[in-house]
Amino acid sequence: MTKAVVTVMLKNGVLDPQGKAIGHALGTLGFAGVGEVRVGKRIELELAETNPDAARKAAEEMGRRLLANMVIESFTVEIV
Amino acid sequence: MKAAIVVFPGINRERDMAIALERITGQKPRMIWHKETDLGDTDLVVLPGGFSYGDYLRCGAMAALSPVMGAVKRHAERGGYVLAVCNGFQIVTEAGLLPGALLRNAGLRFLSMDCHLRVERADTAFTGQYHKGQVFRAPMAHGDGNYTASTEDLDRLEGEGLVAFRYAEPDGAISDRANRNGSARNIAGIFSPNFRVCGLMPHPENLVDPLMGGTDGKPLFDGLAAALAA
Repeated sequence: MTKAVVTVMLKNGVLDPQGKAIGHALGTLGFAGVGEVRVGKRIELELAETNPDAARKAAEEMGRRLLANMVIESFTVEIV
Repeated sequence: MKAAIVVFPGINRERDMAIALERITGQKPRMIWHKETDLGDTDLVVLPGGFSYGDYLRCGAMAALSPVMGAVKRHAERGGYVLAVCNGFQIVTEAGLLPGALLRNAGLRFLSMDCHLRVERADTAFTGQYHKGQVFRAPMAHGDGNYTASTEDLDRLEGEGLVAFRYAEPDGAISDRANRNGSARNIAGIFSPNFRVCGLMPHPENLVDPLMGGTDGKPLFDGLAAALAA
């Protein structure tokens, strides 16, 4: 079994109002020096595939077809 | 006009839509459960509003993969009419029937209020009973209605006249103030290139009877009934 972690983020340039609100709230709490904040999703997949390359390929296909909406999001796959 | 409404788990506006359609056509629309794969003899398929699959992953993402969506796509490919409202709009963008995507509202707040829509063209089945530039009131109720698309897609939508409705002031002026959810270019609704698929965020079906507080949305359904009269 292989575990794949898919991280889905809004594409650069796509407004992330949640990230903005969190950044603002951190400022309110007194955390200084926080720049841009972006919010994403982490999706952990247990895959029966044992070959890491094949598992990555499968997870990337899942990312393109469902886990991310490629109009607004991008994703990365990590095999752990 | 034979109409059918697709019902996904978590949808909640299907009865409002059925009331609107029955009021205009005199016939009850068929309700089609999302597991069905045959739409039967239908002129118009409606994807109503709500929160299909609890908005899991992304609004409309799960519904876009429902068994019924294959049939909806084939219906659209055959030149059938599709009206997709609110969650329905999110579903058809996720399914690739219309371009773009609906992001979280720019102000992060769920917006439950009336908005004003400007009709961008009146030569379609959906807008034939309005006139170009007419402004009508429509309720909206959504958390993710911030329309976005690539610059190329936005330019193509504009260039090919595929913008159906824009958020506007009551006098028709296009402003940021009227654009409560932050949609690109104030876009509230769009057409497919053959003008037979129309998706929009607000709810014209909720203003079709004086008892509802107005009939601003009725011309949309009157127009469809007139264009699709069998």
